[in-house]
Amino acid sequence: MLEKGLVGSKKYWAWLAFLGALAVSGVYYYLQQFNYGLGLTGLSRDVSWGLYIGQFTFLVGVAASAVMLVIPYYLHDYKKFSKIVILGEFLAISAVTMCILFIFVDMGQPMRIMNVVLHPTLNSVMFWDSMVLSGYLFINLLVGWVTLSSDRKGVPPPKWIKFFIYLSVPWAVSIHTVTAFLYAGLPGRHFWLSAVMAARFLASAFAGGPSLLILLALLVRKLTKFDPGKEQIQTLGTIVAYAMFANVFLLGLEFFTAFYSNIPGHMESFKYLYVGLDGHRELVPLMWTSSIFAAASLLMLVIPRIRKNETLLAFACIMLFISLWIDKGFGLIIGGFVPNMLNQVRTYWPTRQESIITLGVWAIGFLILSFLYKIAITVREESEGVEIEH
Amino acid sequence: MSMDRRQFLKIAGISSILGLGATAASATHNIWVKGLSPDEVAKNPEALNAQHWAMVVDMSQFKTDEDFQKTISACHSIHNVPDFKNPDGSVDLKDEIKWIWKAKYENAFPDQDNPYMEEKLKEMPFLVLCNHCENPACVRVCPTQATFKRKNDGIVMMDMHRCIGCRFCMAACPYGARSFNYRDPRPFIKTENKEYPTRTKGVVEKCTFCTERLAVGKLPACVEAAPKGGMFFGDLADKNSEVRKIIETRYTIRRKPELGTGPSVYYLIGGTEHA
Repeated sequence: MLEKGLVGSKKYWAWLAFLGALAVSGVYYYLQQFNYGLGLTGLSRDVSWGLYIGQFTFLVGVAASAVMLVIPYYLHDYKKFSKIVILGEFLAISAVTMCILFIFVDMGQPMRIMNVVLHPTLNSVMFWDSMVLSGYLFINLLVGWVTLSSDRKGVPPPKWIKFFIYLSVPWAVSIHTVTAFLYAGLPGRHFWLSAVMAARFLASAFAGGPSLLILLALLVRKLTKFDPGKEQIQTLGTIVAYAMFANVFLLGLEFFTAFYSNIPGHMESFKYLYVGLDGHRELVPLMWTSSIFAAASLLMLVIPRIRKNETLLAFACIMLFISLWIDKGFGLIIGGFVPNMLNQVRTYWPTRQESIITLGVWAIGFLILSFLYKIAITVREESEGVEIEH
Repeated sequence: MSMDRRQFLKIAGISSILGLGATAASATHNIWVKGLSPDEVAKNPEALNAQHWAMVVDMSQFKTDEDFQKTISACHSIHNVPDFKNPDGSVDLKDEIKWIWKAKYENAFPDQDNPYMEEKLKEMPFLVLCNHCENPACVRVCPTQATFKRKNDGIVMMDMHRCIGCRFCMAACPYGARSFNYRDPRPFIKTENKEYPTRTKGVVEKCTFCTERLAVGKLPACVEAAPKGGMFFGDLADKNSEVRKIIETRYTIRRKPELGTGPSVYYLIGGTEHA
């Protein structure tokens, strides 16, 4: 089946070449970072995680969101999703791969990565996170591959795969819960020390991931003969609307607790992010962009007339995705480190090299995604009109 | 079994490829190379021992900036802590590494100042360092046990050969006591102390309560260099120890005790007499 990813139009190859070039420049700067050390980034003693870990956190959410297709289809028998579940699973594979790469480029001693396995440490959330992430990658590779192969042959998938499909549902929840626990259990980091952190992560994941899927589905329809379906896209739109509402609500809860309690430690990070602290306002414009985009996209999504217009829906999804990317891929991480543990404001901004490495990892992820989608879509195009009971 | 250097490297290389040894250096865990087990190594009879090492810092004894600098540089020079400076001579906050340093009261004890507080106290410098917590958050989060708490004496240690540089411990430590080698520190070490290892880029480091000195019967370097009566070091589990007596009879404070980490560094703020 892999060969289907290697047959394509000039446009397909030009796209892969473009991503390849970005990936190569990422690798080039990574080698520089490998030689010099993480000092090549904007990270410091005070803000010791930044863009890389932010991307990792954000992409775990994108990966987990595949479950928003699996649940309706396999648990609620929503047949309409039969053709596009694979798009979610393949998105998950590429997202988890990016997560692993972002962890890797963030490591000070990447050659020692196997120490996590050689000295398994059950009390470390990071150990569990690496376990659940690799497990999730495995489940999605297996399920995606087995179901797509069956579709290609025009036969129902084997019964045993159901076990892994059902397993993928709690597993998806687990990857994002465990990722939230990286932050939510640290004494002294008030901004992260929140019981709703995991819930907020899941809500933003189930809004951000499906919004990306909508955009991908619209692109797939435009570029190929495979149509993911109008109704399918609308159902995804409804899912995004509910999840985004939950996300904004949960963020509101954080604000309430911080500001009604009036505890300085709980308020300071929010102040730094949204109005500035001690004269430092670096992140303020970004955070307000995120807030405005969140409000606007949510409003557009809850009004049925707007949501049903695919052009406006796409527009809302783009805003929503950018909003969540800023909030979770940047603000959430930096906010936890400012002010630092000695109540000083020390700021962070990614360097050029760090940004290109980040772009490179995204490019690798999209390379994998394009390749996998090419395979899935070719199979779909060939089996068009054939209904297979899963 | 005897072998020359070439043979050793060969076997170590092959076994690391096979994943049998994490690194060739951890020879004791390598089934091909038999090393000494901890029981086979004789203990130094001079070594200082305790069940729970703790420190009391009497800030009133630190009167001049020189008192601070002497104490800090005693630590940093013997531990090969690099000195990162900006071109203008100020400290490079980005790459900075520090094991023990000076912090204002309002920074060492955030949220405990008040608007009417004496300016002198608010600005009063404190010596801060790793607290060697009873429940260290850094140890809890480390995915490889590269940072760990010694069962026999409570010291929170670092294995810089095992650290993968994920910096989870830096996010977890509520005292900002940990530093990361953002670049090769060796060119920035003023005079290298050959008795103590230097570090490589990409690992985290911090104060170790001078385990290497305790093992040969010496007190931590800072305690030795501090002004007379400025720093006390001893066994908190021992009722007759000086640190225990001070803590029992004088008003001492610890940094962020509300977090439940159980810091082992105690501070005396005022007064000159001590127990």
